[in-house]
Amino acid sequence: MVCALGIEGSANKIGVGIIRDGEVLANVRRTYVTPPGEGFLPKETAAHHRDFIHQLIKQALKESQLQPKDLDVICYTKGPGMAPPLLIGAIVARTLSLLWEIPLLGVNHCIGHIEMGRLITGAVNPIVLYVSGGNTQVIAYSNKRYRIFGETIDIAVGNCLDRFARIIKLSNDPSPGYNIEQLAKCGKNYIKLPYVVKGMDVSFSGILSHIEDLADPSKRRNKRKKAEITVEEPEYTKEDLCYSLQETIFAMLVEITERAMAHCESNEVLIVGGVGCNERLQEMMRIMCEERGGKLFAIDERYCIDNGLMIAHAGAEMFRSGTRMSFEDSFVTQRYRTDEVLVTWRDD
Amino acid sequence: MEILKQGAEGRLYLGVFKGEKCLVKERFIKHYRHPELDTQITRQRIKAETKAASRCQNAGILAPRILHTDLNERKIYMEYFGEAITAKELIQRVVADHSVETAEIVLKNLCTQVGTIIGKLHANNIIHGDLTTSNILINPKSENKDFKEYDIVFIDFGLSHYNQGAEDKGVDLYVLERALLSTHSEQPYLFDYMLEAYRKKCGKDEGTIVAKFEEVRARGRKRTMIG
Repeated sequence: MVCALGIEGSANKIGVGIIRDGEVLANVRRTYVTPPGEGFLPKETAAHHRDFIHQLIKQALKESQLQPKDLDVICYTKGPGMAPPLLIGAIVARTLSLLWEIPLLGVNHCIGHIEMGRLITGAVNPIVLYVSGGNTQVIAYSNKRYRIFGETIDIAVGNCLDRFARIIKLSNDPSPGYNIEQLAKCGKNYIKLPYVVKGMDVSFSGILSHIEDLADPSKRRNKRKKAEITVEEPEYTKEDLCYSLQETIFAMLVEITERAMAHCESNEVLIVGGVGCNERLQEMMRIMCEERGGKLFAIDERYCIDNGLMIAHAGAEMFRSGTRMSFEDSFVTQRYRTDEVLVTWRDD
Repeated sequence: MEILKQGAEGRLYLGVFKGEKCLVKERFIKHYRHPELDTQITRQRIKAETKAASRCQNAGILAPRILHTDLNERKIYMEYFGEAITAKELIQRVVADHSVETAEIVLKNLCTQVGTIIGKLHANNIIHGDLTTSNILINPKSENKDFKEYDIVFIDFGLSHYNQGAEDKGVDLYVLERALLSTHSEQPYLFDYMLEAYRKKCGKDEGTIVAKFEEVRARGRKRTMIG
């Protein structure tokens, strides 16, 4: 029996979760919300995490009705992510580990997402689409590693959505992506956007610059072109832009997932990561799966969006399979690829 | 028509065209996509596939002959290689049947040939767009199907296009490298052998293309991957 406490703070969420043998005992989270038109910066995000981490840990312990002595391992996010917020989680985890004399374990953030998704949905060996603010990857397990078959060659899908939300000044509460999703529901007209798929890889930066120009032609970066245009350009509504952006980029994601399914001869898909709780993306993926006799596994925002529980769960699996970490190795790293982790807890 | 399998883009059937046994690829309507986007993509890809086939033929590169296309029915009728297996299968077989050292020698030979063909594609400005070992067919020459002598046939040109620039060629190589590393992770040498042969055949822009490829690769590594 492994009982683990996990701390996640790689981006603008700070979360604490407690899990005991796959049973969720606590999962609490705070999000650092910036004003419309602004993104979250490392320093301010770290300050936010510093302010809330103590009360979150107390709250998690209270909800789980456990004492520190009941815990077997303290887990924290080792990377990838922004360094200052990551450090808050690591420092608190180290302190707790020394204070309570409990082993410490650093967890790869992406692995946390995958293992959480597998636990909640019961998917055994799916193709994983991991979509969030910083990551866009199509992953499949083979021979003790989660291998990356496809990914973005420039910015992540969530980054593309967040930045577009900033341009049209959408609220960041609860998240920019959620607000785009709501506006998109009212969109009617499909506006043609670039569609960029390269094998199992995708690219979003060209789409973002294109839609930036559509949303605000006055800021068009190519000034020479602007001078030539004399005719009035059609005005696009925010709703239609959101709708078209979602339709285009989600179609790209579904396409590369399908390509990975055909390449790996797999029939199951699991969507994880913050963008994964978008219902339109889930719907599109479900239709694709049905059209090829496959099955979709998706999870809701409690487990999809960054949370402490996923770090606790992945850490517990590592701990159970014998992984240990010395105190000297309890650093954080901004770059930590999914395929760097040796998956000791899976035998298939 | 007899359905062979459902690939990434459409369904494959075994059909007959003017008395010739052929493969029918139907890019059926993808209901998850917006209808306008779906029609646009499907037309683009069918056209790309037929264009690339004739370009390959002119360049002396083996690709399935296109017998007939039907944009309204979303179908392409093309040459069928019944005996062929994918390069992915061949690599897995070689690895299973031989010692590590022998496998590397056998695969080096295969990779050199594949690299040469990709070099020829790029020298003719044909960008494949989806280079993976699933999209390379190994067609045995002899009757006994021992795969000692074979032709290498490139397939699935749906994402292909014509471009002279080094950027697209670099991305094409990057896609290939990534596909090899994820699919054949135990044989990390495959791409190096391919690249070695590629450099000899890809034409006068060799230096620029390889530099671009390194740049595209660096873009991937530099990405911070937050959250």
